[in-house]
Order: sequence, then structure tokens, then C-alpha cells
Amino acid sequence: MTSGAKHLEVTLETQVESVNLAEEMCLRVAEEAGFGEDDCYRIGMSVREGVINAFHYGNQERPEKKIYLAVDVTTEKMIIHVLDEGSGFQLADVPDPLAEENLLSTSGRGIFLMRAFMDEFDVVRGRTGGAEIVMSKRLPGPGSTSPNGQGGREAAPQQGA
Amino acid sequence: MALRATPRDAGQVTVVDLGGRIVLGDGSALLRKTIRGLLEDQRRWILLNLADVDYIDSSGIGELVSGYTAVKNQGGELKLLHLTKKVRDILQITRLYTVFDVFSDEPTAVGSFR
Repeated sequence: MTSGAKHLEVTLETQVESVNLAEEMCLRVAEEAGFGEDDCYRIGMSVREGVINAFHYGNQERPEKKIYLAVDVTTEKMIIHVLDEGSGFQLADVPDPLAEENLLSTSGRGIFLMRAFMDEFDVVRGRTGGAEIVMSKRLPGPGSTSPNGQGGREAAPQQGA
Repeated sequence: MALRATPRDAGQVTVVDLGGRIVLGDGSALLRKTIRGLLEDQRRWILLNLADVDYIDSSGIGELVSGYTAVKNQGGELKLLHLTKKVRDILQITRLYTVFDVFSDEPTAVGSFR
């Protein structure tokens, strides 16, 4: 991403290393966009969880499948898309990790963390037919106070990561 | 930063000093291997010292829960010591803070096993 650019797209392999790579890339963009340390942490964690979701649940760890990451920085917010090549899923079907019966589950907290850490979060069907996570965080600055960790509104569905 | 795990004995309790990130991949795998190894050695009172763990993701959380359950299923106890702010916050928003016994003082934590 060159200085001043507002858009970044990258195709990632379905492998563990892609999770760290995606996190590092988005952290750089977030820092350049002016986010503070706490928001950078939340953005980085959300990107990790989005790519873990694509790696494990979407692409089912199959190396021939790809993960598509796109980042946009507008005048108002940083928007992140994570698209996989799986068969998609419905948010309503994701178990609540805070429910008593799920507290000791060893998985299923990624979606919850993304929702908690970003201002907007949604999952739509992407151009591959897989799940496309769309999440955003408002840029810091006067009049754009982030609720940080308070959950968020549904993001406007956007296609084409 | 890769995870480091160093077990040491405190009487019948094994304190595992952890440092780095507990995340998908090697970090989670090392935590799993460490806990399973202690169980194989009949060390069932385990205190994870997270003082130098500054990051944990959903995979790491899953591994903590998996370890907790594995130890409990063998009649042991797994407890946590010295949570950093980020780890504490994650355990609080996921409600796991209510599941684990968490301590900020090692002698008290060691003395709590019975």
C-alpha cells in the first residue's frame, strides 16, 4: 500500500501463517490511519479472527482454497473484508459462546470477538459463494468517538472484496 | 513472539511460566503439549503463570478451556495466575473469568490447591 492510498487487496493461502500476515498488514494500515494502540489491538484481533474463521471453518484448512482480504480506509472508517471459498454460513446459526452450555466449548468465540471489538460487523455471501465478513471501525478524531468493545450496528452488506 | 512454557515445581503444584502469544499454531500447540505432558507425568495441580502473556486469540482461549477440562477430567485442577490486562479483558468478555480460578499472588494460588 503506497502512502495516501485508501485501498488494499491481497489473496492469502489457506495456511496458519496467513493469519499473522493479515494481522500485521492491517495493523500497519490502522496505524497509518491514526488509530491508537487500543483500537489497533482490537482491529488486529478482529482480522486474526476473521482469517482464522476463513482458514478453519470456511476453507476447512484445504490448501487449494484461497482467502481474500480487502481493506478500505475512507474519511470516516476503516473497512475490512475477509472472503473465503467455503459454502457460507448464517450468523443466526452461530451458537452464543456466552450461553451456559457453551462456556466450556473449545471453539466458537471468533465471531463474538469480532462483533465485540469492531463498530460494525456482518457476514454476507461473497462472490465466491463463501462467507464474506465485513467489519469496520470509525476513524479516531473529533466527533467520531469509538464505542470500543461495546459491540456495534450491522454493517451495510458489501460485496467484492 | 513465539510462546515459551517453562514448568517448575512448587511442592505438589506445577507452575508453568508462560510468555509470548497464545495464538493459533505453535503457541496453542505448545500449551496443549505442556499440559498433556504434565498429566502424563501425574502432575494434576497446574498453575499457569500468564504474567508475560500479552496476547491471546480465540484459538488460545480454546486451548485454555481444553486444558482446564482435560485436567479436571483427571481429577486435577488448573488455575491461572497474574493475568495481563488484555488476557483478563478477553476472559471477562467471554465470561471465562467466572470459570477459572484466577490469582494475583503466587503463594496464595499455590496454597489454594487441595
